[in-house]
Amino acid sequence: MAYKDEQLNEEKVFKDPVHRYVHVKDRIVWDLIAAPEFQRLRRIKQLGTTYLTFHGAEHSRFNHSLGVYEIVRRMIGKFTNYPHWNREERILSLCAALLHDLGHGPFSHSFEKVFKLDHEQFTRKIILEDTNIHRILKRVSPEFPKQVADVIAKTYADKLVVSLISSQIDADRMDYLQRDAYYTGVSYGHFDMERILRVMRPIEDQVVIKSTGMHAVEDYIMSRYQMYWQVYFHPVTRSAEVILSKILHRVKFLYETGYTFKLKPTHFQSFFNQEITLRDYLRLDEAVVYYYFQSWLEEDDFILYDLCERFINRRLFKYIEFNPNTQMKEWMELYRLFQDAGIHPDYYLVVDSSSDLPYDFYRPGEEEERLPIHLQMPNHELKELSRHSDIVESISGKKRTDHKLYFPKDLLEAVKDHKLKKQIKEILYGQGEGQLVD
Amino acid sequence: MLTNHAKLIKFFHVATKVTGRKKLQKIIYILQQCNIPFEEKYRFHIYGPYSEELTLRVEELCNLHFLDEIKEDKGHYYQYHYQITSAGNDFLNQFSLDMPDMEEKVSLLNGQSSRFLELVATMLYFADLEKSDVEAKVHELKPKQKYSAEEIARAWGFIDEVI
Repeated sequence: MAYKDEQLNEEKVFKDPVHRYVHVKDRIVWDLIAAPEFQRLRRIKQLGTTYLTFHGAEHSRFNHSLGVYEIVRRMIGKFTNYPHWNREERILSLCAALLHDLGHGPFSHSFEKVFKLDHEQFTRKIILEDTNIHRILKRVSPEFPKQVADVIAKTYADKLVVSLISSQIDADRMDYLQRDAYYTGVSYGHFDMERILRVMRPIEDQVVIKSTGMHAVEDYIMSRYQMYWQVYFHPVTRSAEVILSKILHRVKFLYETGYTFKLKPTHFQSFFNQEITLRDYLRLDEAVVYYYFQSWLEEDDFILYDLCERFINRRLFKYIEFNPNTQMKEWMELYRLFQDAGIHPDYYLVVDSSSDLPYDFYRPGEEEERLPIHLQMPNHELKELSRHSDIVESISGKKRTDHKLYFPKDLLEAVKDHKLKKQIKEILYGQGEGQLVD
Repeated sequence: MLTNHAKLIKFFHVATKVTGRKKLQKIIYILQQCNIPFEEKYRFHIYGPYSEELTLRVEELCNLHFLDEIKEDKGHYYQYHYQITSAGNDFLNQFSLDMPDMEEKVSLLNGQSSRFLELVATMLYFADLEKSDVEAKVHELKPKQKYSAEEIARAWGFIDEVI
């Protein structure tokens, strides 16, 4: 029997708090899960620094990847008898779903920004270069690894296959919304996925929703909207993210300026030098990052020490709302005053914007730039969701951006020059400290 | 602070006016390929390279009144027009931005249709492939656009000129 079709003697199940069970019967899926590159995902948290806000959010990319695989497995089970669904694409879809986040690194959002990386490129490298994952995929056919990589990169010819893991209502989002809601403990991310799976219809190059399922999709869009504001965009999480980025910036700066570290940052060297090999990338997980953060507490550089201490002990920056249009002059003045106070503004006075985050909202079709969610009406006509749903329309046009100014309140309080401190506080808090959020 | 916003405002300052979100997306992508240091991350979407970060950043600039966005109903879709405001120019003046000169490239790109820029951006997205594979990829991923051999030849010429 071809490897692609090989089945396990008995079905394996993973107990899962979101989907109850994740079912595996295909040999290739079982082998991929066992590969070291996939097991590494156990050591990468799905939500990065969010655990500092919602203590339950310790779940990993491993859990999520299994969840996306399980949703795609269920979708395909329902698509089997539809004419546009090509049954030959089943194993490709399952592998792509399982491996779609393979290239994520520790705290990948901050790492990508500071070191100019792209986890999708690493996903592609892990699939196409000499790895266990590659060898397993290649047993299907020499072209199979490339097909899997193309589906994940959305450059595979069969758009229907791509849309299962990358569209406005895909298995990726459906899993992370439910999983992140479960682990953070919030009550927002819930929607009736079973119902959505029942009303999904594969047609030509996309999955559309039978119009009677519109309300289930409205719930999904609302949960996405709520999760964005309440979890993903949480200002405290953003504060932790700001500190994490500044640690990476500081250590990079120190390395580049010849600082002598007490513990040589071996695991980071190729990142500093922009010569990252796949081996270097794969061996950097969160455990390694935390080890270095701990070791940097022993460094003589105060800024590095202080930022690491804040991150490890959750002494985060405070923040105020900031409007770059009306407060630019204040910011420039603050920058100067921070310098005068001996608080390095490049590390301790940080504006964070909504566009700095890797999450998005549902957006209706805009000049065909993104494929919207389509409802299939009883006469088979397709209608864009927000043109038919008042609820979705009402949140589609809302202002969804903001900017916050982060700073360490404790360092300000410690400024000895009272006049200077007063000047800074007047700009930050205006007449009082009402704006300040602890 | 807000350096990436400032870079975009600088672009709008140079371009004066941009019509169409698709066009904007593709112009910034092509400028990135010309080593103009825009940092928005692009992914391949159904219609070519697309950056969610850029979409959101432009939305932020509009909300801050640094950019004017005019929405025009074209019947089956909306078209958007962008123009820098005086507040946007003031913001830019407070910034010491180190950006290479892009005036010529922006003018050249802004003068093209969004359909053509979509083709050019898609070809650049697959720049690491052989020329014939790039063309095959264009036909494979964009069968509905039905790009002709002449358009593709013109796009190769354009890439040579602009990159």
